[in-house]
Amino acid sequence: MPKDHGIGASPKRREDVRFLTGVGNYTDDINLNGQAYVHFLRSDVAHGKINGIDSTAAAAMPGVVRIFTGADFEGVGSIPCGWQVTDKHGQPMQEPAHPVLAQGKVRHVGDPIAAVVANTPEQARDAAEAIEVDMEELPAVIDMKAAVQEGATKVHDDLTSNLCYDWGFVEENKGAVDEAFSNAAHVTTLELVNNRLVANPMEPRVAVGDYARHNGESTLYTTSQNPHVIRLLMGAFVLGIPEHKLRVVAPDVGGGFGTKIFHYAEEAFCTFAAKAINRPVKWTSSRSEAFISDAHGRDHVTKIELALDADNNFTALRTETYANMGAYLSTFAPSVPTWLHGTLMAGNYKTPLIYVNVKAVFTNTVPVDAYRGAGRPEATYQLERVVDKAARELGVDPIALRRQNFITEFPYATPVAVEYDTGDYNATMDKLSEIADLSGFAARRAESEKNGKLRGLGVNCYIEACGIAPSNLVGQLGARAGLYESATVRVNATGGLVVMTGSHSHGQGHETSFPQVIAEMIGIDESMVEIVHGDTANTPMGMGTYGSRSLAVGGSAMVRATEKIINKARKIAAHLMEASEADIELKDGAFSVAGTDKSVAWGDVCLAAYVPHNYPLEDIEPGLEETAFYDPANFTYPSGAYCCEVEVDPDTGKVTIESFAAADDFGNIVNPMIVSGQVHGGIAQGIGQALLEGAVYDENGQLLSASYMDYAMPRADDVPFYSVDHSCVTPCTHNPLGVKGCGEAGAIGSPPAVVNAVVDALQSAGKDVTHIDMPLSPSRVWAAMNG
Amino acid sequence: MTQVSMTVNGQAASGDVEGRTLLSTFLREHLGLTGTHVGCDTSQCGACVVHVDGNAVKSCTILAAEADGADVATIESQAAADGTLNAVQQAFQDHHGLQCGFCTPGMVMSAVALLKDNPSPSEAEIRAYLEGNICRCTGYHNIVKAIMAASGQDVSAIAAE
Ligand code: FES
Ligand code: FES
Repeated sequence: MPKDHGIGASPKRREDVRFLTGVGNYTDDINLNGQAYVHFLRSDVAHGKINGIDSTAAAAMPGVVRIFTGADFEGVGSIPCGWQVTDKHGQPMQEPAHPVLAQGKVRHVGDPIAAVVANTPEQARDAAEAIEVDMEELPAVIDMKAAVQEGATKVHDDLTSNLCYDWGFVEENKGAVDEAFSNAAHVTTLELVNNRLVANPMEPRVAVGDYARHNGESTLYTTSQNPHVIRLLMGAFVLGIPEHKLRVVAPDVGGGFGTKIFHYAEEAFCTFAAKAINRPVKWTSSRSEAFISDAHGRDHVTKIELALDADNNFTALRTETYANMGAYLSTFAPSVPTWLHGTLMAGNYKTPLIYVNVKAVFTNTVPVDAYRGAGRPEATYQLERVVDKAARELGVDPIALRRQNFITEFPYATPVAVEYDTGDYNATMDKLSEIADLSGFAARRAESEKNGKLRGLGVNCYIEACGIAPSNLVGQLGARAGLYESATVRVNATGGLVVMTGSHSHGQGHETSFPQVIAEMIGIDESMVEIVHGDTANTPMGMGTYGSRSLAVGGSAMVRATEKIINKARKIAAHLMEASEADIELKDGAFSVAGTDKSVAWGDVCLAAYVPHNYPLEDIEPGLEETAFYDPANFTYPSGAYCCEVEVDPDTGKVTIESFAAADDFGNIVNPMIVSGQVHGGIAQGIGQALLEGAVYDENGQLLSASYMDYAMPRADDVPFYSVDHSCVTPCTHNPLGVKGCGEAGAIGSPPAVVNAVVDALQSAGKDVTHIDMPLSPSRVWAAMNG
Repeated sequence: MTQVSMTVNGQAASGDVEGRTLLSTFLREHLGLTGTHVGCDTSQCGACVVHVDGNAVKSCTILAAEADGADVATIESQAAADGTLNAVQQAFQDHHGLQCGFCTPGMVMSAVALLKDNPSPSEAEIRAYLEGNICRCTGYHNIVKAIMAASGQDVSAIAAE
């Protein structure tokens, strides 16, 4: 019987009602008295020198309040980068300035040149069109390998080159890795592209800045996954506003997928301008603007080599990646191809020697940063593709080759600096075989062939690392922030609880799942627990939601704070029942004295804390409110096995996804319904990357896929029903809930399954195709088949 | 400025708008009906779907002036006065057919229109009908399942949750 409440149950989501009835409170739904609107004039060239800006005519247009240019931001800070990577020579990365509005130069299509603030959005837009910019166009740097050639045009004149860093990991192992390759019985090599993507949460970004003259406080309402991080970065580094004079609110947020982690120029602009003109200033991104101003994801060009011995054991792995940073360093950009990528290169396998080289490159394109999975999809894709290719070259079953090389003993220290606490990769592979009905594939292939279609089966594994931590370690790796999470649990006098969490929900359902944990701990109904998030004014300093960290890190902070609450409540209960604290038990929302029928209800204990008439005042303070900051001891390591079946139309090259199955090990599960939903969404994004999506620049730096007309988002008829399972459970050993995180797995695990399946389909027809780069559009597949 | 008048969610509504004002802008900015969302500027995403004279329409693709005299229904009209969700809304909640909720108003309005024309659509018919509604969160699994459930079909065989 499934549980109907507490941990492991799937109660309906409480946030749904407001979203289903149209009363959600998204940032664009916020309108402040007297607000003005900003429209950004953005560069339409990828690289150019601004010789002059004439806004005289524009300033005289109806409704214009003020026009800002880079000159207004001299003396204002640069948009900061939150992670400093050290290169293989021990030198810090090259770190260019990133102005709020362009200072003399534009470096990508979409770079903001000027900002028009007017009484209506239409007036602001009209006036922006009347601004004259004298722009001297410069050669654009688009191709990464060309960008790092001697003599290439520089994106930033004050840097020595377009190379941000050249990172080697683990540099000391390089010699041993090279030697293993020279001794290998077989080497499989694969060159591939991890295609540039646009995260595309359905809600475009919005910022509303406000300034209160009476107390000198600034408020920013913004579409963010981490309001405290924005407050710190913008307040301390850009605008110089102390935290106690700056409030950042991220209300209902319509999806993030990473791209709403980062601090953006528009946020700083609206906050700055609101004070300058003494009116609230609102910016609502159009989708077209989002394509050229939201940080993009992925964009790696990689060569990977796998060495095997005569018994098909993996002996070494070597990879070289060019990672696009775009024109500026977005908040966490440098960490994505390095610490979120190199550390995952062991995957599920006991490969003893690994060397990862990453060259991060500046180009005249939109900045690139974390997108769902961030580094881990890039690691998984290249590893699972090269393993598949090796199996085909050696003529062995790809699943058997994987199983033979699986890590089977835990904890396991990889050669890339991380230690997996738990996992059972054979268990998820067994489960996958069952739910994907692998044994029935031959019959399904025969059926497809009867219909003139090629059928392919692709299987892969993945490992991810979530809950990036601990803070002192990530500090050594270059993070300029801590990566703990916080929670304040406030118990009200009549027993209800409010949890103020630093985590942020933008679709993950925290308002439903977090109370399940507390309900389980205290034995009360979930309806007695309310979750508050998204406002720096009423939540403790927390790092927000990304990297599948909310339950593993934020949930753990909430558990720790609740434990403190329970400990104090136990003391009060002992006093009320005149018993020894050691004998007090908490069960089903009541404290009782072991071995007696004495008990006192949760609500009565809470009331006693706030009406302390009969209360141990000499021992403990009144009130019942606790805060905990939880800093994890290690990453968590979800893992799993994925399977995709495709049909390929040999006449057109069109690929259809016939089935998709995912067997994941997320550790303990709090809400299975929400977990499945997270996996579904991740798989669709992975299928999107594999078959449909691609942010494509031409050689002049124009983004060719800059709207939904050209950037193919997955639609309902591009995907099937998925079969997902998370019954394989190896609990995380180092957080109190034993949870591992589930938000990114689907997007990490699915692209290689799709590509493996298409290669399998083509090879089944005797085609000599070993790889096709994503997205596997009909034209690419057709060309590969007929090439 | 043009004066437009229409019925919105059963009540008379009017306002002065520019010729270029979209129906979505009129609903959101003039009437404060912020349940209708705007997710794109190329008529692709469907977050803005409302009913105009009973038909599903992307409110970002018609001018407010074009809806003059029309009977418009938005997401805010779909639950009963006492808050009871309609069958589609309830099925979306029951089957976890939404995550961030941003596409949801458009999805619900499209689904209601679909079921009016086709009371028992197949999976393929639902997927084809939703071509114009993009959801980035759910992978569509639970949206399709919810619409099938709302139409009274047995969805217990479709993978759990
Ligand atoms: S806002 Fe109307 S279709 Fe996207
Ligand atoms: S629920 Fe977020 S876009 Fe559909």
